[in-house]
Formats: sequence, C-alpha cells, structure tokens
Amino acid sequence: MCDSISGFAVNSATCSTCVHVPCTIPLTTLDCTGAMKLELSKVVRGCRLGLLTSIGQTSQHSLEVPGCLLYTRCATVPHLTQDTLHTLHNLPAVTQVTLESLAEHQEILEEFKHGVRKFAGLHDTLLFCTLHDPATTHPAGHVTNKTVSVWGSGGRIELSVAKFMAMQAAIRPDCYESMADGETWQANTSRKRVRKAVERTLSHLDECLELHHKTQELKGSAIFGVVEGGDILEERLRSARETAKRPVAGFVLDGFQSTSMEQELREQLITAVTAELPQEKPRLLRGVGHPDEVIAYVEAGVDLFEGFFPFQVTERGCALCFDYTATPDPETAGTSPPTVLESNGVEPAVEVLKENGEDSPENMSRFEMNLRDTRYRDDFRPLVDGCSCYCCKNHKRAYIHHLLVTNELLAGVLLMLHNTAHYLGFFHALREAVANDRLKDLKSKVLQ
Amino acid sequence: MAAPAAESGPCECKSDMASVKAVSSAFPLALRIVAECPVSKARACVLTLPHGSVNTPVFMPVGTQGTMKGITAEQLEQLDCRICLGNTYHLGMRPGPELIEKANGLHGFMNWKRNLLTDSGGFQMVSLVELSEVTEEGVLFRSPYDGKEILLTPEQSVGIQNSLGSDIMMQLDDVVSSTVTGPRVEEAMRRSVRWLDRCISANKNPHRQNLFAIIQGGLNAELRRACLDEMTKRDVPGFAIGGLSGGEEKDDFWKMVTLSTDHLPREKPRYLMGVGYAVDLVVCVALGCDMFDCVFPTRTARFGSALVPWGSLQIKQKQYAKDFQPIDPECECPTCERHSRAYLHALFKSDTAAMHHITIHNISYQLTLMRSVRRSIVEQRFPEFVRSFMRRMFPCGEPYPSWAVEALASVDIALD
Ligand SMILES: [Zn+2]
Ligand SMILES: [Zn+2]
Repeated sequence: MCDSISGFAVNSATCSTCVHVPCTIPLTTLDCTGAMKLELSKVVRGCRLGLLTSIGQTSQHSLEVPGCLLYTRCATVPHLTQDTLHTLHNLPAVTQVTLESLAEHQEILEEFKHGVRKFAGLHDTLLFCTLHDPATTHPAGHVTNKTVSVWGSGGRIELSVAKFMAMQAAIRPDCYESMADGETWQANTSRKRVRKAVERTLSHLDECLELHHKTQELKGSAIFGVVEGGDILEERLRSARETAKRPVAGFVLDGFQSTSMEQELREQLITAVTAELPQEKPRLLRGVGHPDEVIAYVEAGVDLFEGFFPFQVTERGCALCFDYTATPDPETAGTSPPTVLESNGVEPAVEVLKENGEDSPENMSRFEMNLRDTRYRDDFRPLVDGCSCYCCKNHKRAYIHHLLVTNELLAGVLLMLHNTAHYLGFFHALREAVANDRLKDLKSKVLQ
Repeated sequence: MAAPAAESGPCECKSDMASVKAVSSAFPLALRIVAECPVSKARACVLTLPHGSVNTPVFMPVGTQGTMKGITAEQLEQLDCRICLGNTYHLGMRPGPELIEKANGLHGFMNWKRNLLTDSGGFQMVSLVELSEVTEEGVLFRSPYDGKEILLTPEQSVGIQNSLGSDIMMQLDDVVSSTVTGPRVEEAMRRSVRWLDRCISANKNPHRQNLFAIIQGGLNAELRRACLDEMTKRDVPGFAIGGLSGGEEKDDFWKMVTLSTDHLPREKPRYLMGVGYAVDLVVCVALGCDMFDCVFPTRTARFGSALVPWGSLQIKQKQYAKDFQPIDPECECPTCERHSRAYLHALFKSDTAAMHHITIHNISYQLTLMRSVRRSIVEQRFPEFVRSFMRRMFPCGEPYPSWAVEALASVDIALD
C-alpha cells in the first residue's frame, strides 16, 4: 500500500499533465481524522450551524461553526500577553499557529520535545497549524514540484514534505493542513499552472497522510486536505473530489484570498466546491476575513475562517465599528451585541474608503474607523458604545488617538483587544442569526 | 515588628511615637516613618497621597506619554505599583494640558486610579530640545512639532501640572549638566530657589497637589548646602535631589546624595531623581532616600534586557534560544510564571508582546526589590540584606564597585 502511495506521488510529480488517478487507500487503515466530529444542528440555504467536537487527542473542547480561529504569530496573539488576552471572554477554543512563524524555530522545538502549546505557555487551547500567515503576503515563484517556501525573520525556508511533517511533529498541533501549492491565487495564472498546483497538492497530501501515520507525535491529531484550483471550475471540482476521497478530517479552501477574483465568481466556485465535500466534515476558508465576505461564504457552505482580520485592522491604527445587531426582537434586545454610537448628530465615524487589499491606513475597509484621524482627538466616547472589551470599558477614543500619534505600544494592545472582541462578537451574532433565521437582517445591517 | 498597615493612621510602634508625624495638615500628603535602620540612614515609611498610600522606599516606573509602554493600567495595578510618573514636557506638547484637563486630568486620561508624579518639563527641554535657552523668565525652546518658539516659565510648568492633576508636582528648576563647573552652577542653583518661590505661588491646587522642591548645586558641596539651607526654609511637602545621575563620577554622586539627606528634614519624603539601577537603589536607600524613578528598566526591556538578581539577561542572544527555564526561576511575575527564556527569545523575532513580557518582568523586579529592601528595614536587618544583595549581584569574587563600598561604609554598612 505504501508503494502505491509513493509510486503515485512520483508519477504525478514527473508528469504534470496527467489526469489524477483516484486514490485507493482504504479509509479504515489510514485514518488521519483524529476523533473530530462535526455535529450540524441546522443547515439552511447553504449555511451550516453546528459544533465541532472531540478535536485533538484529549480535548473536551468544542468549536461552534460558523466560527473563526484565534490568530497568532509565533503562537502569540499579536501585541497581547496571556493576561491581556484573557480579559476577553468566549475566546475560540482553537488557536491558529502558522508554520511560517515557527519554521525557523524547528530545531528549538525538536529539542524542547513537548510541542508549541507548552513551548508558548498556552494551556487551555487547541492548535490548528496552517502553512502560511494569512496576514502577510510573500513573494511568488518559489514553489517546486517537491517543495513550498515560507518566510521567517531570517528569510526564506524551503519545505519538502518530509521537513513539513517533521515540523508538524515538533509543533504537535491538534489539526493541521497538509502541504499545498497555493500560489494560484494570483491573477492571470495559466490553466496549466492551476492544474499543476492541484496535482502537487494532492501528491503532497498523500505523502503527508503516509508520514502522519508513521509519526508518533501526531497520533490523535487531524489533517485537513487543501482544495486548490484557482479560478477554474473543473480544477476546483477535481481538487475537491480527489481530496474528499482521502481520509482527511476536514478541508481548507485555498486560493480565494485574491481581490483579483470577482466576488461573484468566488461565491460560485466556493458553492460548487462545498457541494462536492462530505457534509460531516468542516471547511475552512483561507485568507478571507471581511465581515461581508464571511457572510457570503457562510451562505456558500463554509464553516471556519482564520481570525486575522482584527489584526490587520489594528496594524493600520483602526477600530472595528460595524453594526452587527440583527435582532430587533424585544426578547433578546437586552442581550444584543453592541451598537455603534453614531446617530447623535456628530459626523459619522465610519469612513468609506477605497480598498485594495494592502495593510495601510489608506486601505481601511468600511467596517472600521481610523483612530489616527484628528476628529478623535477630543472624542471622549469609547471605541464602540456598549462594547464590553477592556479597551472600551476603560478608555476613550481620545486616548487611543493619543497613543497612535505618539507611537505608543499600548495602542496596538488596546486596539487588538477591541478588534478581537468585536470580531468574535460578529461571529456570535452570525451564529445567532443562522439559528434564528435572521441572516437577512444581519446581512443588511453589516452591509448598510 | 509587624508589617506596616497600608493606610495612614496611628503608628503601630508605640515606643516610637516621635516618628508619627504628618508633615503638615495643609498638604495633601502624610509621611509616617514605620521603621528606621539603626545602622544606616535607611528608613521605611508610608507615604499617603491623594490617590492612596505608597510604601517607601519606592521605585516609580516612568510612563512618559501617559502610558507605561505596552502595559495596561490593570497590569500595572496587578504588579502592585502604587505610583508612576508622567512627563510634563511630552504631555504638554501632546495631547496638551487643555485636553487632559477635559479628560479629568492625567488620571482620567490614562485611567490610572493610583498616584501620579509629574516632572516640571525643564529637564526634557534642556536634554531633548536643541537650542533651548534659559533666562530668568524661564526656559525658551523651539517646539519639535511645529517649530514655534515656546517659553516655559515656572508658572506655566505648574499650570500644566495643575491641568495634569498629578499627586506630586515638581518645581521647574534650572538644570545644568552635573559635569558642568564654574559660576553657571551657582547661577542655576540660585535661580532654582527663586523659581521654587514662583512655583509655590503659582500652584492653584495646593490642597490636592503636592509641589516638591528640587535641590540643586551640582557636585559642589558648598552650593548644595546653600541650596538645602534656602529650600528647607520653604514650606513644601517634599524634596527631590536633582542635578545628579547625569554622567558624573559615582564617587561624586553618592557624596552629594548623602550630603542632601543629612540636611533634609526627617519628616518629609526624599526623592532621588533619575536613579534606577539596582545597586544604586540599594545604596541610596542606605543613604536615606525614599523615592526613585528611572526609564532604564522599561527602556532596556524593549531591547530584550531582563533584570535579574545577578545582573541582566540579554534575551535576544543566541545562548537563550534553547534555554527552557524562566528569566528568573525565583521571580513570581506573570512572565516568569508562564514563559521560558527560549520562548521569549523566539517571540522577539515576531511580535511586540515579547517586549511587554520583559517590561512586566523588569517592573516587577524593581518593585519586588524595593519591597524586599523595605521588609528588611522593618525587620531591622537591612545591613544584612545589603550584604547578601551585593554578594548575589557580584558573585565569584567579582570586586564590588569601590564607590558602593565607600558609600555603604559611610553609613556603617561593611561589605564582606
Ligand atoms: Zn471594545
Ligand atoms: Zn519575572
């Protein structure tokens, strides 16, 4: 059986144009799904409401879907210590770590022997390891048939499947995505290149599955297969179908982070892909974070998102302030999520600016306010009225503005706390909306 | 002796009622001497201020722009910090006194519920701003933000500090570098006395805000004494020893400190400005100082330098990459409870939180050191504390700095 896997891998690597042979590994003997279970409580018009349970080896943790992971760099939520992080309530049970930020520490982690959770002083969380950092872009053109590259503080690190899996063994995540050629998000990628990416990614997956089985440290952790295919429907479908045949615990939909692809096309492709995937396995959409897109792709059948958007907003000195109250229902009005104090005759805090995907103040989205703006200099209101985060309970916009213009480190801390709280609040509202058939209300609120 | 109560009130040590002496009912400040070292000039006091009591000797971390670097007010409270600093020059420039007044003072602006001390702004002007000029009227300088010429008078300095609403304000003094000699030193000293009077009359909130005098006189003992004579005639709630820790020889430094404490009234707090290295703190407590501030522990943290009882660790150095123990295994700060040197080393390559971790540790180190110093004074074993502190800081036959040996010997503490 092992022969058939490696023979297959060589085959696909040497012949980039051949059509992929369906994998024939019996699922029962090579199960890399861990014990993870997705219990769907409701599926309505594409949206899936549910609970992901038994993630990892020993865990009693569960993750509600639709939901997002807790974004980290080097296993730390940017700017935050454990004390500041835990002023936030209802944090996601799953923390995302990236191979990108950990690869340069491989030797240290191998010597440490107890995995990243313990290395980083984390206790009560599960780890999902992805290849790239969703909040950073990296140069293209460094993928080969056998390798992908990540960028650490010391430059490029090339990963073969063997090195990739050795890293996973050192990190010991509860879930991880298989190695993937995800470079086809760029505009004008040729059909041939897209095809090759699908081939390579499947071949990497098979190798990962094989090595996973042999790796003691990864016992109990689960592999997510990566679906590629660029903007070509047939390739997307092929990638989805082939990946679904493998014994994976879930799916990562890659290559949709580009703004060069029309949102309508993305929605169509994602809907088509999720239709090919088994209902009982979770789907994570990589690199997408804007609230409007999140709603659109939840409707297209996506369960999980990476939580990097609040970080990007923080880095440009902005605060999330979009309204996500979907319930005019008096019964739940008392517990409704915060609203922005906007309508008291003062100029609106939300600016509509052009967005082109970069991480700078000029590129802020319409979901945020730019606290550097001089209008906040003497604004003694919290960032968002009614928000219960540490920042909003203790500080005013004028103070955040001051911290930003004086380049003080506390600005990042306080904005990260608020933005994370606001984003998690949005996901909570999203689940409530799906549960109560109010997604339409939420959508119009968020899109207004 | 029992541990001192946090609040002011009748002293628990009835045998020493003479030490129970509030400075003056007119000031929003009370100093209760809890214990004095029978050997040296060290003392343990409770300093009661408008925003709560402070146990001295105390180290006051510096939050220049209304923030303690990446540390939240809550984290600082959890380290049991009772008083910290804000810088009048920086805050006066940005966001400006009017805005801070609107925010209910610096306490309200930064949401810090405990005590604040603000400097006069003069030192920053002379040290940070080129082309500043001192006249009898005040300090003239060019704003680095808009290029405008600004004159900071003693009245304006106190005015800004009144807007900031600090619990302790510092007089504007005429600062000269401690390495300057000649008539300029005397001129600055005399002017500082005159400016003290102007500051006292300018204080709009004498019942809420304490104004401290700053002893000047450079490294000249005669001038220092003259300054002490003049300033102690004024009714101020506390004194600072200024014009030191500016690059002078340590031999000169400690002599000026001990001369000052010899002439300062026993019942008023003594604040040694700009001192924060562990050895300096311990020695200057022995010389009779109560309060200290320094940017060093928080600044050095951001470069990856963690303070420990045997010196410091440069966490970014390669030797810590695989060192899986905490910065200081005996430290009980949140950083050491959770993180290893190896993790902090790795995190420094990715995120600012690495700096926050070390800032927390370093502030905790300073505050813990001062608490240990205080406990030893209260328990009447300060000289032994100093000896073991120095042994740990200079292990394996490493020679003690001669100035520290001499300074301690001058107050009858012999190192072994
Ligand atoms: Zn908030
Ligand atoms: Zn510590």
